Amino acid sequence: MTDLAQYQDVTTIQRILHTAKTVAIVGLSANELRASYFVGFYLKRHGYRVIPVNPREKEILGERGYPSLTDLPGPVDVVNVFRAPGALPQIARDAVTIGAGALWCQFGVINEEGNAIAEDGGLDLVVDRCLKIEHARYVGRMHWLGFNTQRITSVRTGLQ
Amino acid sequence: MSEDHRYGFETRQLHAGQRPDPNTGARAVPIFQTTSYVFEDPESAAAYFNLQEYGNTYSRIMNPTVAVFEERVANLEGGAGAVAFSSGIAAQAAAFFTLLQPGDHVVASAALYGGTVNQFKHLFGKLNVELTWVDPDDPEEWRKAVRANTKAFFGETIGNPGGNVLDIAAVATIAHEHDLPLIVDNTFATPYLCRPIEWGADIVIHSATKFIGGHGTSIGGVVADAGTFDWSNGRFPVIAEPSPAYHGLRFHETFGTYGYLMKLRAETLRDLGGALAPLNAFLFLQGLETLSLRMERHVANAHKVAEFLDAHPLASNVTYPGLPGSRYRPLVEKYLPLGPGAVFSFDCAGGREGGQDLIRGVTLWSHLANVGDAKSLIIHPASTTHRQLGDDELRAAGVGPGTVRLSVGTESVDDLIWDLEQALEGAR
Repeated sequence: MTDLAQYQDVTTIQRILHTAKTVAIVGLSANELRASYFVGFYLKRHGYRVIPVNPREKEILGERGYPSLTDLPGPVDVVNVFRAPGALPQIARDAVTIGAGALWCQFGVINEEGNAIAEDGGLDLVVDRCLKIEHARYVGRMHWLGFNTQRITSVRTGLQ
Repeated sequence: MSEDHRYGFETRQLHAGQRPDPNTGARAVPIFQTTSYVFEDPESAAAYFNLQEYGNTYSRIMNPTVAVFEERVANLEGGAGAVAFSSGIAAQAAAFFTLLQPGDHVVASAALYGGTVNQFKHLFGKLNVELTWVDPDDPEEWRKAVRANTKAFFGETIGNPGGNVLDIAAVATIAHEHDLPLIVDNTFATPYLCRPIEWGADIVIHSATKFIGGHGTSIGGVVADAGTFDWSNGRFPVIAEPSPAYHGLRFHETFGTYGYLMKLRAETLRDLGGALAPLNAFLFLQGLETLSLRMERHVANAHKVAEFLDAHPLASNVTYPGLPGSRYRPLVEKYLPLGPGAVFSFDCAGGREGGQDLIRGVTLWSHLANVGDAKSLIIHPASTTHRQLGDDELRAAGVGPGTVRLSVGTESVDDLIWDLEQALEGAR
């Protein structure tokens, strides 16, 4: 068993949330009821450029889709993965190849080989966390729905 | 950075769920006394209603003051989130309605609050939900009661008013062996004295009216969910399969950890009503700020009152699980090391008349149907809270004709004992 806590560092998570501009979502579905669509919709709404990576779809969320990471025309800050864990090693290799800044694996996307490839390639790595939830926890409005953000602060800041 | 610091309970009871208001800087939680919220534009409104964005729509479903209370309870209980309701009974109905369908079956402790027994037996019965009542002290009874259509186990951390202490870990293990959630009413313990989720419970329900509010001002309830139960295990199509009440959304698949909570809010609260008022949420938050301080005093006073009654010739069967002779001592030491709450009962000599004479005789204890107030409360269950129950059900709930229930407050404990003593002498 890998200790996932090392891939859930809150400082890393917040740095990614605050610095990333472009997010490639591998496995983004065109079905509005799938979790990946919820995440893509939310990220786009909050100002991130979302690039769908899905060989079966030409366009999702009004954005042109690409069959794989290596087909992307420009650099990406975060590769966000909604695929079966077994697909992760190849996705991690591709993420390293295109010089992505971070590999972010959603809930249940856990693969030790993939993790090692990303780490060896110098990428920031987040595993078994949801990009939308973490955004909503730190800069969004997750607490408006009674969810436990675990945040304790007496500092006055704005919300997105 | 202090991001990985773990804050203590007393800090979280003051701060969790709230940040200083970004618009005004208000330090206290603002009371958002509004029914509804102006949308920025049509796209935002659609995103809120589609649950694609966290946004306020209508105060029957969410309210920023209520949300602070919900998150604070979720944090203190160690859950993924919580949803508040206009009463504990409404919270309980919603917690079950979210996972039950007609023809389903629930296994419940036989030693429960009379209002809960009524709700399960009559309201759930009317909706064709079957109940099996089990002796909560015998884990094997829970196991034997499971059927193909069973959907949940239910018990109280500390039974009302008999003082049974639930073996949460043992009952949770049996529930999970059968792919079932354990739902626990933690009202009498509060998250300061016991956190059932840490012992394996999946959903925790509170009547916030009691110790959470703590001052007898407001009626309310809350459901906290651990967020760890696998609703896609095949037993819960009502949560896992596409929902006809929310345009085909699969709540567990889409929201994962938050699937049950989203369904509880976006469907059950929406359709059942029973939203908590913002002012009451504010009063509950004021209560939570001093929860640990009050509970320490409640427990200390309850110990002394129980010891006094235990030694009094006109009182018998004192059910306080903190007494040295209680058969629940091992469970108290495991689950309630800071003390088993402040509500218990005893049998007054002279049966029904003796109990009623005692209540006529007290002048400091308040005769009313509530518990968990900072003021000490007294009631005769057989003629009030448990009046609808038959003799067999009364016995199963640990209530006799002379049983008197106490909720020990935070007054000077000598005064509480003095008042009981003079009333017992008068009842002789």
